[in-house]
Amino acid sequence: MDGLYKVFVEPFVQMGVAPDLLVQTLWEGLVAGVLYALIALGFVLIFKASGVFNFAQGIMVVFAALTLVGLYEIGLPAFVALALTIVVMLVLAFGVERLVLRPLVNQPDIILFMATFGLTYFLIGLGELVFGGNPKVMITDALYLPRGAVEFEFAGGFVALQKIDIAAAVIASLMVACLAVFFQRTRIGRALRAVADSHKAALSVGISLEQIWVIVWFAAGIVALATGIMWGARSDVSFALQIIALKALPVLILGGFTSIPGAIVGGIIIGVGEKLGEFYWGPLLGGGIESWLAYMIALVFLLFRPQGLFGERIIERV
Amino acid sequence: MFYREAGQFKTTYEADQAIFPIRQDRIGIGVILAIAFIVIPLFGNDFLINAVMIPFLIFSLAAIGLNLLTGYTGLLSLGTGAFMGVGAYACYKLTSAFPDVNILICILGGGFVAAAVGIVFGLPSLRIKGFYLAVATLAAQFFLDWCFIRVPWLVNYNASGAIEVPLRTLFGVPITGPTAAPATRYLLVLSLVVVMTWMASNLVHGRIGRMWMAVRDMDIAAELIGIRLLPTKLTAFAVSSFYCGVAGAMMVFLWYGGAEAEVFSINLSFTVLFMVIIGGLGSLIGSYFGAALIFILPIVLRLAPTTLGVSINAATIEHLTFMIVGALIILFLIVEPHGLARLWQIGKQKLRVWPFPY
Repeated sequence: MDGLYKVFVEPFVQMGVAPDLLVQTLWEGLVAGVLYALIALGFVLIFKASGVFNFAQGIMVVFAALTLVGLYEIGLPAFVALALTIVVMLVLAFGVERLVLRPLVNQPDIILFMATFGLTYFLIGLGELVFGGNPKVMITDALYLPRGAVEFEFAGGFVALQKIDIAAAVIASLMVACLAVFFQRTRIGRALRAVADSHKAALSVGISLEQIWVIVWFAAGIVALATGIMWGARSDVSFALQIIALKALPVLILGGFTSIPGAIVGGIIIGVGEKLGEFYWGPLLGGGIESWLAYMIALVFLLFRPQGLFGERIIERV
Repeated sequence: MFYREAGQFKTTYEADQAIFPIRQDRIGIGVILAIAFIVIPLFGNDFLINAVMIPFLIFSLAAIGLNLLTGYTGLLSLGTGAFMGVGAYACYKLTSAFPDVNILICILGGGFVAAAVGIVFGLPSLRIKGFYLAVATLAAQFFLDWCFIRVPWLVNYNASGAIEVPLRTLFGVPITGPTAAPATRYLLVLSLVVVMTWMASNLVHGRIGRMWMAVRDMDIAAELIGIRLLPTKLTAFAVSSFYCGVAGAMMVFLWYGGAEAEVFSINLSFTVLFMVIIGGLGSLIGSYFGAALIFILPIVLRLAPTTLGVSINAATIEHLTFMIVGALIILFLIVEPHGLARLWQIGKQKLRVWPFPY
């Protein structure tokens, strides 16, 4: 009984007693969720347009952030460095399309998945070779990102919101809005959706697959850069971020592999669930449950809805 | 010319269905086994045995395990490292609970515990497939990883939080622990790997293997011809996890001689998955090729600059190794998406018709 009480009653009592802590935890979960969602967004973009499950998205985040900081460190002004990083991501997109995707066209999914693994290794090696393996500090001030925290009183306590987190949330929402408009309203966006539906049909109406792939990989690169800046501002820019990127996988599962709103909602559910779980139930299990809770949530969820929250219905034929 | 089955007549079904129906293959495998069992322990130095052959064989076994699941049954798993860890920790618990029991039984026991855990985490495979299943197995990976770190019972509450391999003997010869000779450990690993490969070969050539492959090719069609999906997928998970568990137990007891939880991290899962893909999905010999390439290639790359007399500092070599391995993976996938096993087959076919083109 005591155990049941600790699991099912006590955490909720705590939430009621200290609502300011609850709000703080919720906020942290929300911010973490937004950042997971950003990484997941990069996955979704590429998966939608090429059916490639891009394992390299995590390292692309690190690579973009490292390039930005590295260019700034050799003395370029921050915004020139930013522009150059975008150029680097474009070059990367071209390179990936030419050297990896084009020769592997029409191969099974798992082969393409493994190819992105190879790409991950390559980028890890290249990143460490060029920029060194040490963590770097994100150039928050030079990019005019806000610092410090806003505190406000809430139900007898204080809730502190980091300004950079607010900025991250704003930038993430802006980006999602831009991508939504891009996908729904522009010519290229329509072409992208056509490619996502069927490669063959898209080819037959005259859409160039090669061009589309470069565009999505470039878009994913831009998303990676934004994610890198935001994650980097919260902690350091280091290769450990790549493992955090794996957290985007349960987010994808929850949201469905092909849905942009799904990535956002999934990210927020995972982020909030994880932080609440860690804060209120973690001590019961000895802490550190953040590392697997997200996957377990996703796993349980999958048992009831195998295609995810917003995924397309899976129809199987023999 | 030399490699041709012309003139080798078979008069019984047994001969026709043998694993190696061609005489030259039988001679070849005999020579390889003789080299592995006699020449290497007699003439190999400690570096070759300890740092190349033992890990190569252990990784091959793990790759075979994953290949049974991913290559033969079509279920993508990213939890191999964790299942190997389960085998290692279970073996450690068994051998410390029953110090008098033969260590081989403990290693196999570790495999059985891993199989049980594998079945539990394989349950979702009935409803989910493809990359979704991969994420489900990631749940196993991270959850088990966490258990290895946070549950001190698993390492008998010792202060270091790591497995410390005790001394165990077989017929009076020490085979685990610090005093065991590399050659003894090598022979034990080799025997286990050979026997288990032979068993895997029989499995995949038999009814169970056919069922697995039917499920891989199209699970709905397999269901329609009367294959029950749940038992089939769960046996695949069980057998695969058993192999991985044994490989993990051998890794700690016969190679490292002690291990922390980090050994069984997600990186190990990825390494084994590489081996399977590069070697060839659905091929046992491919698992060996993959393990050889992925494990031995970085060793060679690290040794190459010193051998060639070029001086590059160690960190640069490490980074270049990463880049080269990554580029080679992509290159191999482009050149031969079906892995090294397919190249081997093509080579054999060429050899059969040589010196004529057809």
